[in-house]
Amino acid sequence: MGIVLEKLPGITKGLPGGELFLTTADNIIEYARKTSLWPMTFGLACCAIEMMASYASRFDFDRFGVIPRPSPRQADVMIVAGTVCKKMAEPILEIYHQMPEPRFVISMGSCANCGGPYYDSYSVLKGVDRIVPVDVYIAGCPPRPEALQYAVVKLQEKMQKMRTISIAGASLQQEHGSRDILSTAPNNEPLISPEIGPRIEIG
Amino acid sequence: MNIETAEAAKEPRGVKTDTLFINLGPQHPSTHGVLRIGLTIEGEVITKAVPDVGYLHRGTSKLAEVRGYHHCVVLTDRWDYVSAMPNNLVFCLAAEKLMALKVPPRADSLRVIMCELNRIASHLLFFGTYGIDTGAITPFLYAFREREMVLDLFEMVCGARLTYNYIRIGGVMVDIGDDWVAKTREFLEYFKPRLDEYDTLLTYNPIFLARTQGIGTIPKEQAINWGLSGANLRASGVNYDVRKADPYSGYDQYQFDIPLGKTGSCWERYFCRVSEIRQSVRIVEQALDKLAPGPVMATGVAKVPKPQPGEAYAHVEASRGDLGIYLVADGQASPYRMHVKAPSFINLAILQEILAGRKVADVIAVLGSIDIVLGEVDR
Repeated sequence: MGIVLEKLPGITKGLPGGELFLTTADNIIEYARKTSLWPMTFGLACCAIEMMASYASRFDFDRFGVIPRPSPRQADVMIVAGTVCKKMAEPILEIYHQMPEPRFVISMGSCANCGGPYYDSYSVLKGVDRIVPVDVYIAGCPPRPEALQYAVVKLQEKMQKMRTISIAGASLQQEHGSRDILSTAPNNEPLISPEIGPRIEIG
Repeated sequence: MNIETAEAAKEPRGVKTDTLFINLGPQHPSTHGVLRIGLTIEGEVITKAVPDVGYLHRGTSKLAEVRGYHHCVVLTDRWDYVSAMPNNLVFCLAAEKLMALKVPPRADSLRVIMCELNRIASHLLFFGTYGIDTGAITPFLYAFREREMVLDLFEMVCGARLTYNYIRIGGVMVDIGDDWVAKTREFLEYFKPRLDEYDTLLTYNPIFLARTQGIGTIPKEQAINWGLSGANLRASGVNYDVRKADPYSGYDQYQFDIPLGKTGSCWERYFCRVSEIRQSVRIVEQALDKLAPGPVMATGVAKVPKPQPGEAYAHVEASRGDLGIYLVADGQASPYRMHVKAPSFINLAILQEILAGRKVADVIAVLGSIDIVLGEVDR
């Protein structure tokens, strides 16, 4: 337990014999939460290939406790890897709401950040942060797997500080939970712009 | 016997089931992106399958009308992001036809080398993900081990791992470094025995054979009628490869075979691709031998090309099939129209025909064997 003791912040005290330690519940929960980040396998475009490379042999994401889950119900973090088109925006929002709280979003690549090379395309949403709150942005087209891993490390740092931040002044996401992100527009406009349009039914 | 049991005896044997509508996707780990398939099923049998595309439509054709010719190459990288070099190549071939440019021989050889290496990388990705689709996780890790080595070679030559922008109008971006040829040969020597390893790992695995052999067969006539191309067409026994039928970039100088299948089952499509990797290795070796010194960029390529009004069509054998591009110039700095004949899109259409009547468990095996990339389907 020696290594864990050193890494745990807050009130941590080893007892003689080294088999027990004292800490706060928040610290231990946050520690557990950040070291088993389960992302949803959710590839949109080119960045998804780099995301797959991160899970594969050379980059080995398992080292960080990152194990892909196929269902949003089991996932902690959504990696938005690729271009978000307007047709895809609504499913993304739906998937985001299916994830249990607390949930996090990594925006991977220029397209998900701001539209990237498709900044003037008629069918591309200019940044996934227009529909879901984003915790970490990764620049690049596509970012290297190392960049994605660095983003996960940054997200872990952020998660470890979550309680401290919420005392100091919580963000909208942390205060209300992601389900009810309040619109900052004066007349409480909906967050999805109506131009995305209704879903087209098939079958 | 009372009335109820007599009534039950008149009912036909077997369980009656309701018709169900199932959404496969757009978020599904096995659809290779954001494809949605509307499946109507009765029990376990699929009665109707409707692919719904457009979740990754980025409007590339329209964007090309406001981008310059050199800028369009950047857009082509992102159609088929798994193998971007043939995409670069096909646009440059069409643009060079418009501008009447002559590509130096060394640039042609480099183009062939890069395209074939990229075919190896792309088919390795297929090999890995198809293993996952059919329930084998391990091949994925092996395939990516080798794929990373190919990507390292690309990184050495152009600095990017996926979206290269290496093949430019009139030639290639930059000449290869001094030790690149040696590194590539080293990789090929390492890689060849690995292919036999893959065969023992997945190709002749009994479970894999049971999942794929005789599943999703496409007869020869059907494959032609639906306009399939690439390994999907060749697995049905049609000997058509653009590299042989309409050689470009000096493909007629290289010796290589076209792997063919017979019945067009999932396993044959898979096996055609794995065999193509061996042929690509052969081509790269020959091209490295023939690599002659010289310039890698044609002279007289304008910074802002404004070709004479006209039209050009070029097609190449990309990793997924016959990738064509139709360019219309009107004398301005950007194309008047760019149309892409994307093999993934056309190959995808046959799903609705071959999925009907199959079991639910076969959907992923069939879909994976078609090997689509959604960036190219929707563009």
